[in-house]
Amino acid sequence: MIGIVHPGNSIVHRTPALAKLGLLAASVTVIALVPSLAWLGAAAVVVASLFAVARIPIAIAWRQVVPILWLLAFAVPVQVLFGGWEAAAFMALRLVLAVALAAVYTLTTPVSATLDAVTTLLHPFRRWIDADRVGLALALTIRCVPLLAELVREVLEARRARGAEGSLLALAVPVIVRALRTAEHLGEALAARGVDD
Amino acid sequence: MSEIVFERVTHRFDAEPVVHDVSLVLTEHRIGIVGANGSGKSTLARMINGLVTPTAGRVTVAGLDVARQGREVRRRVGFVFTNADNQIVMPTVREDIAFTLRRHRLSAADAAARVDRALVRFGLTELADRPAHRLSGGQKQLLALAAVLVAEPAIVVADEPTTLLDARNARRIAEHFAELDQQLVVVSHQLELLESFDRVIVMESGRVVADDEPRAALAAYRSLVE
Repeated sequence: MIGIVHPGNSIVHRTPALAKLGLLAASVTVIALVPSLAWLGAAAVVVASLFAVARIPIAIAWRQVVPILWLLAFAVPVQVLFGGWEAAAFMALRLVLAVALAAVYTLTTPVSATLDAVTTLLHPFRRWIDADRVGLALALTIRCVPLLAELVREVLEARRARGAEGSLLALAVPVIVRALRTAEHLGEALAARGVDD
Repeated sequence: MSEIVFERVTHRFDAEPVVHDVSLVLTEHRIGIVGANGSGKSTLARMINGLVTPTAGRVTVAGLDVARQGREVRRRVGFVFTNADNQIVMPTVREDIAFTLRRHRLSAADAAARVDRALVRFGLTELADRPAHRLSGGQKQLLALAAVLVAEPAIVVADEPTTLLDARNARRIAEHFAELDQQLVVVSHQLELLESFDRVIVMESGRVVADDEPRAALAAYRSLVE
């Protein structure tokens, strides 16, 4: 679940968010650059070890990776067709490892810690960038995923109730209208909490 | 109690007056506002913390002009919305309550202590690390109230806070309102919520048509809608 931490007291949990963000960026860069499948296999062992050290149950870890497998189900055959098996294996492994590493980060780091890390990271640029605003945008992005998922679910239910299962219009119009209205209400609630002051 | 003053306030939306020439001085502890849909009651409530500013006239809270000193006013006035879902920003209950304090520049220890007190007060301690969007409607409204009160505002404004709740959860929210030391302004269609208030204002077509103690004001409202 996006934004929800798997509680724990492991070294992975205790490592400061800023350090974890740096390590995440560096690791994903390395994974994108390593030239051999053997090295990617070694990286996979390291990522699996991180899940184990953080004591994240296999079921929870699996749920983080599943969405990317759906994407790969389409992307891998295309890559095999145009680039061969080896290129497809590189792409698939790199994507899965990057998503898994990101999952280790999100499962062990509260969003508030990420906001603080982003604020610290952007502090030297405070003359040009409002770090609080960037942090807020990040928090809202994370918040809006379940909000929009719930909204789409409700609209799909309503569409089914009206017997219009196949209608793209009956899905798109209410989702867009309600998403815009929700955005307006969320903005109003943020203003009421003094966020824009 | 703070003094909330509406001086000949008008608010127009697309040239249509939503609130028309309203003058009020609110000093009571608990004030209710009732009215039919589109009567201007929510707009009136929103003016108290500057979410809506008057097209004409002036609103002041404890002497502060809402239009010009919005930041200071919002530090004094907390706002609870009808749909708590729209008020939740952070993924977990604890983080959402703490989010209110981010702009208050408190020390981490002070902020954590305040959040813990709010969790205990609203019976949310066991839910502290749960996903906020997965709470029930009643729990979400309690979270919304906790997230407002953690900032210790002098005034709480609530716009139909029990409309989306079942009778049991509406009663729980009403009980929390009854315990508040803060000055309270509640917009509601649920008249029983307002029966114990100190003053009730009835709105109709953007104007105040009754302003009295609850029994008389609610009787005026009932005669208006029946």
